[in-house]
Amino acid sequence: MSTTTLIPSPRDITTEPRRSDKVFRGVVTGGGLSSLVILGLIAIFLAYRGYGVMRTEGFSFITSPKWEITVDESANVVSSDFGLSAMLVGTILCSIVAVVIALPISVFSALFLNFYAPEWLKRILVTIIDMMAAFPSILFGIWGFLVLMPSVEYWAKIINKYLGWIPFFEVKPYFVTRSPFIAGVVLAIMIIPIITSVSREIFAQAPLDRIQAAFALGATRWAMIKAVVIPHGRSGVIGGAMLGLGRAMGETVAVYTVLNIIFQVNWHILFGAGGNVASLIILRFGEASAYEINALMAAGLVLFLLTLIVNALANLIVKSTGKSGR
Amino acid sequence: MTISAVPTKPWAKSPRDRVRDIAFILISIVSSYVVVAATPMKGKLAYAFVLFFSYALITGTFSFITRGAPAAKDSVVKTLVAIGAVLTVVPIASILFTVLKNGLPGIHKGLFTTDMSMATPTDPIIVGGLLHAITGTLTLVVVALIMSVPIGILTALYLTEIQGKFSGPIRFLVQAMSGVPSIVAGLFILSSVLYPITKSYSALMGALALTILMIPTVARTSEEVLLLIPNDLREAGTALGGTQWRTVAMIVLPAARSGLMTAVILGIARIAGETAPILLLTGGGDKVNPNAFSGSVGSLPYYIWKSFNAGSPEAITRAWAGLLVLMLLVLILFITARALSSRKISK
Repeated sequence: MSTTTLIPSPRDITTEPRRSDKVFRGVVTGGGLSSLVILGLIAIFLAYRGYGVMRTEGFSFITSPKWEITVDESANVVSSDFGLSAMLVGTILCSIVAVVIALPISVFSALFLNFYAPEWLKRILVTIIDMMAAFPSILFGIWGFLVLMPSVEYWAKIINKYLGWIPFFEVKPYFVTRSPFIAGVVLAIMIIPIITSVSREIFAQAPLDRIQAAFALGATRWAMIKAVVIPHGRSGVIGGAMLGLGRAMGETVAVYTVLNIIFQVNWHILFGAGGNVASLIILRFGEASAYEINALMAAGLVLFLLTLIVNALANLIVKSTGKSGR
Repeated sequence: MTISAVPTKPWAKSPRDRVRDIAFILISIVSSYVVVAATPMKGKLAYAFVLFFSYALITGTFSFITRGAPAAKDSVVKTLVAIGAVLTVVPIASILFTVLKNGLPGIHKGLFTTDMSMATPTDPIIVGGLLHAITGTLTLVVVALIMSVPIGILTALYLTEIQGKFSGPIRFLVQAMSGVPSIVAGLFILSSVLYPITKSYSALMGALALTILMIPTVARTSEEVLLLIPNDLREAGTALGGTQWRTVAMIVLPAARSGLMTAVILGIARIAGETAPILLLTGGGDKVNPNAFSGSVGSLPYYIWKSFNAGSPEAITRAWAGLLVLMLLVLILFITARALSSRKISK
């Protein structure tokens, strides 16, 4: 009789989590949603600040190349004309030059790392390239301005001399200093590590059995790469290039130091005039009135959306190749 | 009678092959000099171009004669691919070299003990130092760490431990966030905190922007580390009657300790040299400012920026010295992260 009191009553079997777990899951989910919250807040606040300017400027905010504001003594805006087209063209031009230069170099060096380099060399090179990706952009900017620029100007002159008949490489009047081409080369050096490491990872996922099958059929290394690795990695490399493009588009300090920022739509990559949206913000921020700051916020919103779209596309492409594995 | 089989390595290079390879390289070096001297081409670019071109030509022709067209293509590609690797490494070698060469003259005893409050960038290099910049960068990094590490690790935990229905979208958003241009992060803090609330520059403002840039790095690296923790550990924790909270806090996180450290250090390396948001938000004072919540604060990138734009030879030397210190800081952080990540799972 007294023994029955010693037997504890059976516990309820339940899948209901304990309170501590509920709290834990709540906190972690909250933390996990932070990226959504932050990205949303960025868009909302920049749009809120820039809305007034975008409404007064209307569609010419995208199409006009001018960036002018006149204020009277008491800092009231007399007239303003804000347009981003020169800077948007500059952004696209510089980053496309960068990707065009960086893509072949990165793909070649990724191939070298995966299929040609001995193991010890590969390990050293991978460390160096990853380290380069961590270097601050101001380092690239100042190095590019003081060290790289003379050489690149020389290359630009050569290109202009022999390929000047292509409208793209035309320079009129003759002024090749601080051109989008030079900015593109500096940006290329900054994005080579990114594209290289994405390509390297994609190439490393090339199916081993097919590689061995190609070798067993007597393929040379290049024949194997052409038949197996490139078809497998093509879209992943494109995604990597777009990641690089996104980084190049948002780059501020390096472009600002190297480029001659002029509010004029310029498609000639060797001509020393250009700009990008991010460098515009740094250029105008120091002396901007409250109204112009709002215009800069709107410019920031445009840049944010642009890089967001490019990055999202790039990630989708990289992700879809990682899974499929032909 | 015993026959001892000597293992052969038919794929290994014989001494004759090695001599031939070296001869090819020598011939292409010589030919590059000859061609550059004989034709109007000049400069380093011409040497490098002719060198690689003639090397590709020689090895290609040799392979074509000995083994036919596919082998010739193969050896040309081999040269191309090697050029790609060289072109990737040359800029970094040049950066390291020039920063060391130009930065060392700017290093002096007072650099780490004095600030710039009594000096301008154009003064002789002996006057003034980096103390305000170093302490400022330290303040920015510490404040950014306090905010970004918990959020980053929580995001990683959500992706690996909870794996809820938002995992896919959140992974996607974190990656999208890592592409946010630093200047946009700066503008965001400017519009959302600095103008409506504090209305003045401070280290906190800069750190908030840096937090946005650091979260994705911490979250992505931590996620990779947490995925490496064997599931057995989690199952063992649950089997012992632990709740999920206790399993994560007592087993998973301690096991991933050094990997998480790596994530944090890589995050610091990412933000230590970030310039654009610092220019917008911190004001860049020249005095040591121990208060993180008010007053303008200097930092290494701001100091470099200011000196570089001052333009005089002394100021440029200052900028190089600042770059040298910043680069060393990033290098040390990176190497520490590498050393830690070589043992991803702690005992």
